[in-house]
Amino acid sequence: MTTAPTPVPAPASAAQSGGGAPGSVTPVPTAATDAATEAPRPGRRRGTRGRAWLAALPLLLFFVIGFGLPAIAIAIGAFTTSTDALDGGGTFTTDNITGSLQGAYFTALWGSVKLSLLTAAIATVVGLPLAQAVATSRFGMFREAVMSASGVLANFGGVPLAFMFVATLGNSGEITKRFGLAKHGWSLYTFSGLSVVYLYFLVPLMVITITPALEGLRTQWREAAYNNGATAVQYWRHVALPVLAPSLLGGFVLLFGASFAAYATAEAMVGSSVPLISMQIGDALSGNVLVGQGNLALALGLDMIVVACLVMAVYLPLQRRSAKWLA
Amino acid sequence: MNRIRFGRGLVLLICGIYFAVPMAASLWFSIDDNKGGTTFRAYTELLNAPGFRDSLVLSLELAGVSVAVLLLLLVPAMLAARLGAPKLRPVIEIICSMPLVVPVVALTTGIIGVLRWGPDYLQDTPFFQTIVAVQDPNFPIVLVIAYVLMALPFAYRALDAGLRGVDVVTLVEAARNCGAGWLRAVFTVVLPNLRSGLLNAAVLTVALVLGEFTTASILGFAPFSVWINSNGKSDGQMSVAVSMLSLLIVWLVLLLMSAVGRGRKTARS
Repeated sequence: MTTAPTPVPAPASAAQSGGGAPGSVTPVPTAATDAATEAPRPGRRRGTRGRAWLAALPLLLFFVIGFGLPAIAIAIGAFTTSTDALDGGGTFTTDNITGSLQGAYFTALWGSVKLSLLTAAIATVVGLPLAQAVATSRFGMFREAVMSASGVLANFGGVPLAFMFVATLGNSGEITKRFGLAKHGWSLYTFSGLSVVYLYFLVPLMVITITPALEGLRTQWREAAYNNGATAVQYWRHVALPVLAPSLLGGFVLLFGASFAAYATAEAMVGSSVPLISMQIGDALSGNVLVGQGNLALALGLDMIVVACLVMAVYLPLQRRSAKWLA
Repeated sequence: MNRIRFGRGLVLLICGIYFAVPMAASLWFSIDDNKGGTTFRAYTELLNAPGFRDSLVLSLELAGVSVAVLLLLLVPAMLAARLGAPKLRPVIEIICSMPLVVPVVALTTGIIGVLRWGPDYLQDTPFFQTIVAVQDPNFPIVLVIAYVLMALPFAYRALDAGLRGVDVVTLVEAARNCGAGWLRAVFTVVLPNLRSGLLNAAVLTVALVLGEFTTASILGFAPFSVWINSNGKSDGQMSVAVSMLSLLIVWLVLLLMSAVGRGRKTARS
């Protein structure tokens, strides 16, 4: 926190006279736009309306540079030959894309989709009752503790998680040794092992995601159901679950995305012994592909984005619908 | 009703075991000396391990700068959308949701693609020099850009939730009617009311940056998570020790930040 450099504010007059005009590549320091909107003026309502969007200009510029350029690089690179190819690169081709959907690469893509579907489904099924148990708990302290723990664990993916599970369930892990799991055919470095590890951050993520929706369930609905003679099961089947359905599905999709995009845990734990698309991209970027196929990584990236887009196309409308219900 | 209580207890118990066992086992693994006793070798050697401090400092610096950049970009834009330009709101929402669609690995391939543009045909231009500058290993700005992008969706949600609870327009109008300038209205009236939203956004960003591995590792920089990985492959016990430590660090950062936020709130109210 202490090392954050404060941006140098540009002179307010420059910003006022349109200093942040389109075309200037450097992001306009926000302090400047603040200063620009600060100057009081007689007809201020009109004035601020006109200039308010200037405050959003830095964000827009940042987005164009930070997100737009890489997106363009992927789009161009995926459909052109690499610079190390015979023709010197830059020629239009669909070889990268077709190559990325064949053989080992297709296996990896399919492996990623399978793993994400499985882990997201399990985490959804486990996360809902857990969140419900926590949300309806009588102890406020306990609820707070679980929520903060979920916040930490949901963010605790990556390398440390992999090492923790190696120490627990790996070949010489404490639990593996104590219970002789290896004799029963257990291995952490497989599809199912990876699933167990992913659940460690997916279940807390589900708890965080679904808790607001659970808290939005009105007690009156439950009371009304019980007064009309419904059992707990009937209440859940006919009232709670239908209301929760969009949130649940939205949560599932979010988990799918998290699992699909995960890289660090798998990389630190299994390397490429479990075929995953993110591992393949990592390999391709570190130069482990044939000469002339440098742009294959970009094509693989594009494949991933397409899958993720399909997933988000489901998620975003759902998010809106559940927000309507539980507002 | 009793049946439900019992079921709830069972669910909590099973999940508690599932989440506690790896932590306990890791802790044991990190202090087990394999002769039936305990040793804290891994923890004491850790502090002096080469690269430990440098990489941790780099990660903390990246986290700090990312939070600062993120808030400086996002807060004015979101306030502007509320106060003066409602048409901006859907635009900002779309912008902030886009990074969710692109997995980090894919974004990294794109960034590498952009960085490769440089050396080919723009040797002497400021553009090329910029590309070199953003990759300075002492402070890779390219990572800040990537981290801010990754944190955008979460920070947006946190700030949006904060803004929903506050009637910004009325607040600002009241402040302006009392004679406050725009800066004063924003800094002394709006921002204090958004404290918890700002704090949540910052916390999420810090947690994200401290744990981020993919981009840093593929681009070849060495913040904390990358150091843990490379170090851990040579010394298993130390790697688990440092994993426990990093869990503790994330936890402490989150606790500290929420404590700061709560302390201020009670002090003012």
